[in-house]
Amino acid sequence: MEYFAQQLINGVTLGSIYGLIAIGYTMVYGIVGMINFAHGDIFMVGAFLALIIYLALAALGVAFAPLALLIVLVLAMALTALYGWTVERIAYRPLRGSFRLAPLISAIGMSIFLQNYVQVAQGARVKPLPPVVPGYFWQSDGADGFIVNISNVQVIIVLTTIVSMLGFWLIVAKTPLGRAQRACEQDSKMAALLGVDVDRTISLTFVMGAALASVAGLMYLLYYGVADFYIGFVAGVKAFTAAVLGGIGSLPGAMLGGLLIGLIETLWSAYFSVEYKDVAAFSILVIVLIFLPSGLLGRPEVEKV
Amino acid sequence: MADTAPAQPSHPLAAALRDALITALVALGLAAPMMGLVTVQGPDGLRLDPHWQRVAIAVAVVFLGRFALNLTIWRPGARRSASFVPPRVEATLAKLARWLGPIAIAMAIALPFLPGVERYTVDLAILVLTYVMLGWGLNIVVGLAGLLDLGYVAFYAVGAYSYALLAQYFGLSFWVCLPLAGILAAFWGVLLGFPVLRLRGDYLAIVTLAFGEIIRIVLLNWYWFTGGPNGIGGIPRPSFFGLDFTPGPGGFAATFGLKFSGLHRIIFLYYLILTLALITNFVTIRLRRLPIGRAWEALREDEIACRSLGINTVNTKLTAFALGAMFAGFAGSFFATRQGFISPESFVFMESALILAIVVLGGMGSQIGVAIAAVVMIGGFELFREFKDYRMIVFGAVMVGIMVWRPRGLVSSRSPSVFLKEKKAISGALVQEGHG
Repeated sequence: MEYFAQQLINGVTLGSIYGLIAIGYTMVYGIVGMINFAHGDIFMVGAFLALIIYLALAALGVAFAPLALLIVLVLAMALTALYGWTVERIAYRPLRGSFRLAPLISAIGMSIFLQNYVQVAQGARVKPLPPVVPGYFWQSDGADGFIVNISNVQVIIVLTTIVSMLGFWLIVAKTPLGRAQRACEQDSKMAALLGVDVDRTISLTFVMGAALASVAGLMYLLYYGVADFYIGFVAGVKAFTAAVLGGIGSLPGAMLGGLLIGLIETLWSAYFSVEYKDVAAFSILVIVLIFLPSGLLGRPEVEKV
Repeated sequence: MADTAPAQPSHPLAAALRDALITALVALGLAAPMMGLVTVQGPDGLRLDPHWQRVAIAVAVVFLGRFALNLTIWRPGARRSASFVPPRVEATLAKLARWLGPIAIAMAIALPFLPGVERYTVDLAILVLTYVMLGWGLNIVVGLAGLLDLGYVAFYAVGAYSYALLAQYFGLSFWVCLPLAGILAAFWGVLLGFPVLRLRGDYLAIVTLAFGEIIRIVLLNWYWFTGGPNGIGGIPRPSFFGLDFTPGPGGFAATFGLKFSGLHRIIFLYYLILTLALITNFVTIRLRRLPIGRAWEALREDEIACRSLGINTVNTKLTAFALGAMFAGFAGSFFATRQGFISPESFVFMESALILAIVVLGGMGSQIGVAIAAVVMIGGFELFREFKDYRMIVFGAVMVGIMVWRPRGLVSSRSPSVFLKEKKAISGALVQEGHG
């Protein structure tokens, strides 16, 4: 039971990270109708930027961890958002109105580009970071011989995720920008006719998605303590799975899907085999798409002639 | 940023400069942390190494490039032509293209015996032809049927492992395994295709990607059967219809009264892959004229219309999938016998992306385009071997660039398979590709 509880805690932590990335997929799919294949690599770029900024702050002598992390978070979000904006600008905007698969192929090219750009710029080695926030928030008494740990990092990850999701939800639900986004999602042509700047809205959607991905990148860095140029691919596919599982286009769905994928992956690793944990995640993607194409919380798609 | 020019009419030079400055500023923001501060493993943990010089270079290149473009191609009022190549030139090229195929085939047949051709050239030609064959195989799935397959390399892997394992466990020869590998790959194509073919284009793409990764991970972790990351070595080389390429009596050279040379096997492999590739091409061209081929192309154009006309979309998609997979299986078993060693390393997602890039760059659905693209791409990779990391950056950028400037690929005209009185090539922009 204690073992299970521990896995549950780990799963929720991992799921939070996936959920944050999945938001980017689901929003872009909702508005533009394309799979932003490079989003996983934006997450990777976010993790790297967070690492670089953290090290720069350390070199400048900012030693107080909460302050440093806050600065890292804000700066990494801003810079990763710039990456997201540029990617949309260069690789996706010129393709609006092109044939259906063009943006996807362009996105694959962008993903390869970003991966190798980071590899060349930062080196191919895995970058280890010593634990920034050590210690445990809570530990069980271990009466059954197994101690359940909730580390400080895990608490930070879950709290940050909740806060960023709330902030994000407020933007989508309560601001004019969010209204424009929802309008574009429903019918971008009609929204354009009614004076919504569709291009700007889409750009800002990419910016928001990238900012959330960079939050996920920082969390990943804190949790695992490593980053390399390849983390974006697998994390991206899993986050996409999460988005599909929750129902693509649905924001609560992305979070729910992220949590489920995180839990399934952790439990699978704990009880079956670590080697096949990616197979488990990918199989879920296949199964969901076959039997539940609109996901858990998504609207079924109507095929139009 | 060209379209966000200031509303008030300002001097074009000033506007171009302003725009270039903004772009350079963005580039500075992108490059400064990522390229300027490099994380290096020091004795006591990570530290940062400043590399401001390359940031300066990158920003300068962006600024000057943008400025030059603003003054030339993107200057306000400049006319944008739909294509780089004027229509008349393209028509002439199309006429030439009719001869291009036969000439290319004749060249390919003569290649090993041309003067100045060394072992290295033939080796490279074998590699190029393998990708030409894979490109043609994927072209059936992506170009003709319009199904985006991101896990094509999985079938290549199935073919390679089929031969390697059959040879290892049952001692079967290459010539028995070649058709078996094709059949097994086609079988896997049907098996994987059947549940997912109801999905729309981009969903299908992601699911095929997932399948590709699943197969690779299984190959990687199934130690006792596939050797895991160590792969399978000592795969038997092909024989010339029973005659081995060995020195001494009974070998190929002795039987034909030739002096033994290691080149014989290379040349034989070359003709083998050339034959396989041409068979792929021939089958594809023929199938396009059959009802099934027409059904593929109709499916690509409009799936709902297809269904309304009574075409069985599931069977149509499955045959495309299975045939594409079969050719990948053939290519895979050829790859195994040529290398003599295979491991899951050779079947990563990048390979799928590369084959897809060849098909897309060549112009989806165009046979000659795919062949040209394979030569350009693989030849280019080989040419820039020293710039190992940079060539992948260029590869990614080229993929984006092709989609932005020439989404129909290099050869963008399509010749119809059915015509009334006169055969007219139509522009690729008129076909829908990839409705899925």
